[in-house]
Amino acid sequence: MRGSLTLVLTLTCGLMAGLSLLAAPAAAAEMPEIESRSWSFDGIFGHFDRAAQQRGYQVYNEVCSGCHGLRLLTYRNLAALGYGEDDIKAFAAEYEVTDGPDDEGEMYQREALPSDHFVSPFANTQAARAANNGALPPDLSLMVKARKNGANYLYALLTGYGDAPDGGELPDGLYYNAAFPGHQIAMSAPLDDDAVEYTDGTPATVDQMASDVTTFLAWAASPEMEERKRLGLKVMLFLLVLTALLAAVKRKVWSRLH
Amino acid sequence: MSSSDNTHPLVKWIDERLPVFTFLNHELRDYPTPRNLNYWWSFGSIAGIVLVIMILTGVMLAMQYTAHVDYAFDSVERIMRDVNYGWLLRYLHVNGGSMFFIVIYIHLFRGLYFGSYKSPREILWGLGVIIFLLMMATAFMGYVLPWGQMSFWGATVITNLFSAIPLVGDSIVSWLWGGYSIDNPTLQRFYALHYLFPFLIFAVVFLHLVALHVSKSNNPLGIEAEGPQDSIPFHPYYTAKDFFGFGVFFLVFMGFVFYAPDFFGEPDNYIPANPLATPPHIVPEWYFLPFYAILRAVPDIEVFGYILITAKLAGVILMFGSILILFFLPWLDFSKVRSARFRPIFKQFFWIFFVDCLVLGWVGANPPEGFFVVLGRIGTAFYFAYFIIIIPLIAYFEKPRPLPESISAAVLGGKKGEDS
Repeated sequence: MRGSLTLVLTLTCGLMAGLSLLAAPAAAAEMPEIESRSWSFDGIFGHFDRAAQQRGYQVYNEVCSGCHGLRLLTYRNLAALGYGEDDIKAFAAEYEVTDGPDDEGEMYQREALPSDHFVSPFANTQAARAANNGALPPDLSLMVKARKNGANYLYALLTGYGDAPDGGELPDGLYYNAAFPGHQIAMSAPLDDDAVEYTDGTPATVDQMASDVTTFLAWAASPEMEERKRLGLKVMLFLLVLTALLAAVKRKVWSRLH
Repeated sequence: MSSSDNTHPLVKWIDERLPVFTFLNHELRDYPTPRNLNYWWSFGSIAGIVLVIMILTGVMLAMQYTAHVDYAFDSVERIMRDVNYGWLLRYLHVNGGSMFFIVIYIHLFRGLYFGSYKSPREILWGLGVIIFLLMMATAFMGYVLPWGQMSFWGATVITNLFSAIPLVGDSIVSWLWGGYSIDNPTLQRFYALHYLFPFLIFAVVFLHLVALHVSKSNNPLGIEAEGPQDSIPFHPYYTAKDFFGFGVFFLVFMGFVFYAPDFFGEPDNYIPANPLATPPHIVPEWYFLPFYAILRAVPDIEVFGYILITAKLAGVILMFGSILILFFLPWLDFSKVRSARFRPIFKQFFWIFFVDCLVLGWVGANPPEGFFVVLGRIGTAFYFAYFIIIIPLIAYFEKPRPLPESISAAVLGGKKGEDS
């Protein structure tokens, strides 16, 4: 049984590899190749680089948030980036939210509190489209999880602007992007060198900002990641020891039979 | 009452009135099991554990989930972000679903390889196929609940299949939807049924076990255990073996939960459902891919330029047929020898069939264009030919290798079983 199993698996792998070569050109035409980068949050010990997260938040705040919301996050979540209570109160206070009704039955505007969700730039999809040439800037809360190879894709997209390679003309309101499927994107290049002035003095190159905001959005999509990987390590170590013990028990019990 | 070594008066008092202790002793401790079961036999009890985990995590998720088109997506994200260990519950449940299918597929192929479906285990096998069908329905409806793009469009594709039924198709679809499109009534009924079906599965699993304990386990040699020398008590031997299996299984399961929780998922399902935007490729969860390939394999069937059966109807018939045919397998394979170990020709074709299922899965993951259409048709044709033509022919023509005298002779008589 083992011999034929190995043979079959080898054949299957060979067959699949051969067939995927045949099928590859069709797939490559629509999905641009995305280069893999190494991220602080990769791997089983992965964690978010705090400084990059804070810089990324600054990029989001000063650039992206003009069009893109982050509606699943609350301001208090920013504590995970290392900000203190007063900082967070100040961040929130820059925004206004509608609350109420009050004792007179009136709705009223107030400053956002740390417990409020991030205020989106547009009141609704219609307003967002009206302000953006008919295109809808997507909410970024889950962007890194909602795209294949999310973090690498996002970085490639943000750094992928340029002129169309064959001098091709693009329709009005669309821009060439090497990483975007179809290469025509409705978002103009959001980042230019020194688009923000980093408070920690890091030079704000497009690469740096793209990488920082990707780290920030990776956290926004999976805020549980650090806790998950820390707990995972304990669980896996426990299971390894338990399984080794169970293997020993099994051998001991079965030795009575042989 | 051979059972009770435990003679505590309270135990005796209860047992004389409700013989739970006798029952447990009989079915879980003394239960005679062939002594040569290999690790492929561990997957049945692993599946049982996964079912329990799915029900427990599912009940806890249900306490936080909101089945409404306006709130479902956000309520899942609230579980992920704000509920204490909500991310763990959800990732256990999501990956548990994939694990359940991996385990069940191994369990099913083990049954195919070692002929576990043959007399006297036909009903045991049939109950297993019913469990598989219930699992597929449960998993499909569960995938709709987060109300992401794949939830919505997967539900659209699958429920639309029923419109292929002549005459009443469209009425059936509206009845399933609870309206004229997939909307809040659809989501709410899927939620209700997704909560109900696991308990039906539980009930059928119980019957599956009753049937198992009547005919007892098959084994790698495929010959019946004759006397006490062929069997060993379930406890401690198979409890010990199964628990080690659980350990290994949990290492794999938890590896995915903690380090690659979205490995089996589609990124598109992290985009809220939008009835106005169709995703470029609608794909079901990985465990449905071979059946999805079969669904899309056939073209319109024409006679003299007149469409006799539409591609859609033919696809639906074949897709359901591909599972229903499993019910008939015990009679299609009338060879008296169970285990593929003693069936040289069957063994070769079994592995070709196994590869065919993988190929169909690969076809199902790709858009139905060019090369994949051809491959899907070949794969589908072989799938059905395997059951309807190849298996009966092998049963008729194959000359099986001689069977060992007994399990104990094979295992203990110097000639140890390969995998035991």
